[in-house]
Amino acid sequence: MKRVGLSGNYAVAYAAKMADVDVIAAYPITPQTTIVEKLSEFVANGELEAEYINVESEHSALSACVGASLTGARVFTATSSQGLAYMHEVLFMASGLRTPIVMANVNRALSAPLNIWNDHSDAMAERDAGWIQLWTTSAQEAFDATLEAFKIAEEVLLPVMVNLDGFILSHTYEPVILPDESLVKEFVPSKPMVNRVSPKFAYSIGVVGPPEIYYEMKYQVVDAIENSRKKIKEVNKEFCSRFGREYRFVDAYMMEDAEYALVTMGALTGTARAVANGLRKEGERVGVVSIRCFRPFPKEDIVSILEDAKGVGVMDRALTPGGPSNPLFAEIATALYDITRRPLLQSFVAGLGGRDVTADDFKAMFGLVKDVVKEGRPRPCVYVGLRE
Amino acid sequence: MLEIRWHGRGGQGSVTAAEILATAAINEGKFSQAFASFGPERRGAPVLAFTRIDDKEILIRTQIYEPDVVVVLDHHLSEGDDIGEGLKKGGIIVLNSAYGPEKYAGKFPNARRVATVDATGIAIKELGTPVTNTAILGALVRATGVVKPESVEEVIRERFKAYAERNVAAVRAAFAQTKIFDREGHW
Repeated sequence: MKRVGLSGNYAVAYAAKMADVDVIAAYPITPQTTIVEKLSEFVANGELEAEYINVESEHSALSACVGASLTGARVFTATSSQGLAYMHEVLFMASGLRTPIVMANVNRALSAPLNIWNDHSDAMAERDAGWIQLWTTSAQEAFDATLEAFKIAEEVLLPVMVNLDGFILSHTYEPVILPDESLVKEFVPSKPMVNRVSPKFAYSIGVVGPPEIYYEMKYQVVDAIENSRKKIKEVNKEFCSRFGREYRFVDAYMMEDAEYALVTMGALTGTARAVANGLRKEGERVGVVSIRCFRPFPKEDIVSILEDAKGVGVMDRALTPGGPSNPLFAEIATALYDITRRPLLQSFVAGLGGRDVTADDFKAMFGLVKDVVKEGRPRPCVYVGLRE
Repeated sequence: MLEIRWHGRGGQGSVTAAEILATAAINEGKFSQAFASFGPERRGAPVLAFTRIDDKEILIRTQIYEPDVVVVLDHHLSEGDDIGEGLKKGGIIVLNSAYGPEKYAGKFPNARRVATVDATGIAIKELGTPVTNTAILGALVRATGVVKPESVEEVIRERFKAYAERNVAAVRAAFAQTKIFDREGHW
């Protein structure tokens, strides 16, 4: 074990290397590029024995991953924004064909206007693709989630997307504890996959599923992702026993007696916690709820963590233009619908296209949640920092 | 927590300097973040980079608006009026300049300490090119004492490999040649 300074992207590259991936297919796109750059360096200098497939687009990158995964190989790719959008149709094939691909998605805004900076529009647009989605709040978490992703994917035969915020995590150098490679190999041992294609056992994949069969086959993805909850829990537990860091579906910070809370995903979490610490010192009973596993969505955890709060602000770093609410808000509201006594929910949008969300912004959001509880009803979605 | 803002131009290595300092602090067992304000990446354009250093885990992930330390890698930018923006009262300014720190003291009333070093001259002498990031690191370490000079040298050796020794020489020359002005008063 060693403690080093690494960027979030390099942390992910190290995790893929230590997991001893067999095949990497990727196309460069900012801010993901340094992940596959680092991996190509590992392959070129002999530190990682893997097939590195240079492709001409993200559509081909994921297609190559699907093919490779069907042979039983351990497969990794990484992308961002337009790249993920370009993979869109193949994402559904990856889950429908039950290929345990691990992909890092370095969250970046979608064009237009062209923007290389961070928000969550890319991943939110793919929430129905049948992929497990893990979200991270630090370079260490990005490393850990990538390791866990291989184990989860291969146990449940579903692809896993590990999300890390572009630049805010991908390009920030910070401390990362790298475990010994031998311990990683014990956690994610290479194992031959059963029932995979090979020259000996050739069969057709991705054939037509007519109305008599399509429905049942798609339901298998629903079933698989529902059943993955148990496996994810087990993997979190095993990860903790081996590496000492404990992960849950939802991370509740100072929520035991919290009256007001903000729900966050990704790198917003850290600043929210820092501001909550300050407000606690002033006597405010505030907490922060961070979603680590967005798919499958942790409905029961959300209920048990939020049901006693008075007011909850939900922060979306993405938009649903014309929708009744933005994506994360919709999930939280749905999760709480069935309970009789539920907190008042206030919707926020913040940090689109790399706009910095400052400590003052977080203070204002906590304050506004308290205000709307006093007023007895929420306000329309508040677009934090939007200029008139 | 110590918050540092780096001012440079694309190609001078501001982001690399921010990362080297953070890595040195991490290797000393501290917590640190280094990141850039990513504008369009153009050689010659003004760029900002940031480093945070603390003894405990750093939660905040915003840009730095009120730095404790401002470091300027480009000697033209050192003459600018806006580089001291947001500097905390009692803060430290480290400038790439062939002039003494007294010249700038009046311009930064919030600064407890102003340090100057001819980083461009040192870089040309030691590296043969005006890439000032390693020289200015020597001045920063001298002016702040935030990490040990050896910690910076160790990271440079790890990171630069073939050019390591020349850059280490730049750090050492700058460390030795940094001129410091301390303002009287309680800070």
